[in-house]
Amino acid sequence: MSLVLRIARNEARRIFVTPLAWIVLAVMQSILGIVFLLLLLEYAQDPSSQDRYTGIADYIGNGLYGFATLVLLLIMPMLTMRSFAEERRAGSLNLLLAAPASLIEIVLGKFLGLTVFIVAAIALLAAMPLMLLVGTDLDVGRIAAGLLGLSLLMMAFAAAGLFVSTLTREPTIAAIGSFGLLLAFWLMQVLSTQAGLIGDILGYLALTSHFENLRRGIFSSADVAYYLLFTGLFLWLAVLRLDGDRG
Amino acid sequence: MTPPTLLEAESLSRHYGPNRAAHDIHLRLHKGEILGLLGPNGAGKSTTMKMLAGVLAPTEGRVTINGVSLADEPKIAKRSLGYLPEQPPVYPELTIDEYLNFCADLHGLTRQQRRGAVERAMTACGLRDLSKRLIGNLSKGYQQRCGIAQAILHQPAVVILDEPTVGLDPIQILEIRKLIRSIGRDHSVILSSHILPEIQAVCERVMIMHCGRVVYAERLAAAGSEDFQTVLVAFTRPPAPNQLASIDGISNVDALDDHRFRLSIIRHQDPRAAIAGTAAAHGWGLIELRAEVRTLEDIFVELTTRDTTDAVPIPIRAAA
Repeated sequence: MSLVLRIARNEARRIFVTPLAWIVLAVMQSILGIVFLLLLLEYAQDPSSQDRYTGIADYIGNGLYGFATLVLLLIMPMLTMRSFAEERRAGSLNLLLAAPASLIEIVLGKFLGLTVFIVAAIALLAAMPLMLLVGTDLDVGRIAAGLLGLSLLMMAFAAAGLFVSTLTREPTIAAIGSFGLLLAFWLMQVLSTQAGLIGDILGYLALTSHFENLRRGIFSSADVAYYLLFTGLFLWLAVLRLDGDRG
Repeated sequence: MTPPTLLEAESLSRHYGPNRAAHDIHLRLHKGEILGLLGPNGAGKSTTMKMLAGVLAPTEGRVTINGVSLADEPKIAKRSLGYLPEQPPVYPELTIDEYLNFCADLHGLTRQQRRGAVERAMTACGLRDLSKRLIGNLSKGYQQRCGIAQAILHQPAVVILDEPTVGLDPIQILEIRKLIRSIGRDHSVILSSHILPEIQAVCERVMIMHCGRVVYAERLAAAGSEDFQTVLVAFTRPPAPNQLASIDGISNVDALDDHRFRLSIIRHQDPRAAIAGTAAAHGWGLIELRAEVRTLEDIFVELTTRDTTDAVPIPIRAAA
């Protein structure tokens, strides 16, 4: 088994043996469960929302997954703050730095460990609409596109959070810092309404604008590429930062 | 035949801006050697050890571990390295078992090797009965032992221990010293400490650091009884100082009072028997004859209380 996977397995274990991950997942699921229920009731009680073109999947996909992005923006920094900041403060980062592992392997391992958490969160987010398969004719493709979008978004959050985590030795600063960074990318969308080139650029850079298509069930490789590039960029920055720290 | 050199550092320096945390450090460690790094707080011991462990990149100089350059081939070089930092690098949320298995994984041990290695390290550090306990619930001493277990787990050629006995109780300290001595038989060990008797108990060589420089590097025996530079003598019927000076091996005579003299001796000579013989032949009435041994503590205090500006590094004798 490669070293990256070994580090990832240990990271995932460390995330799930502490109450933190479970509490984060429980809180996320409670909030989104309530939202899901409200959306469902709203859909059932308001016949005007049901027309030929809007099915339950559109309604749930849009509302639930749109709201989920906000919740995820709040919780991902809680998980990424531990990765480097807390380890640096506790001194355990030295274990990895003195081990025969390159910085790239360390960063990738930590990131893959976080993706295990992402998979768990996505599974919970998928379970709610899929429950409706029992009684409705659900557009699974549409739900899947939304889930793919959320996975990519969470990976981007995780990468940015990991990078901010390498900048400091205080976990709380890392959490606030990554929250601020993510919010800045989020708010670019608001500014993108400005006319002209700057508006276009900001609109392209904004984290959520690329999620919109996927949420609506439109798969575009450009959107997927955006998230992968965003993730890759911040992971690379994390490696550079760790290298600068050592040198 | 000299045993192979396992660790070599050449003109290692680490500067933080104008601040020199470590400057021009040379060291060479053979197989089966235990080197003690002594120094007051802030002398640069931990910085030096971090550079040797590859956690911190040196500003200048290079480190070679087991013949492999740490800068060029860090992954290969680090395979021969076990490092215990100042703070034990443990994960409080894991059990000892889980933690050590991960460490074994990190060093690329196979499944078969892993079980044996973890068992051995736990036994050596007295952790066997605690293998299922969470590290976060253990006392500082046990966490420290986990850190040591982690450093020796994969049987590295070079073991670097930064203050390994901090936080341990006296019995544990004795056990860990025994452990370090046994590791030192087949591997090379560098350990730092600010406790002099500890260094004297385990190390064959000692390096004293002060203000980022190595100010003393000798075999520990040199600081003990074999090498002394002055002899204290007292007579009931003292001779003239020039009579004493004529004895072979004495370079200078310093009268302390009417009866007592401090004799400086020529390096590597021992005139004590000649002094006793001459005193008996002339009937001086010798009542005291004592070599004034400079203990490690004397050397340490002398070297580390000096002002930094005149802390001229003592030329380092090449390692035997």
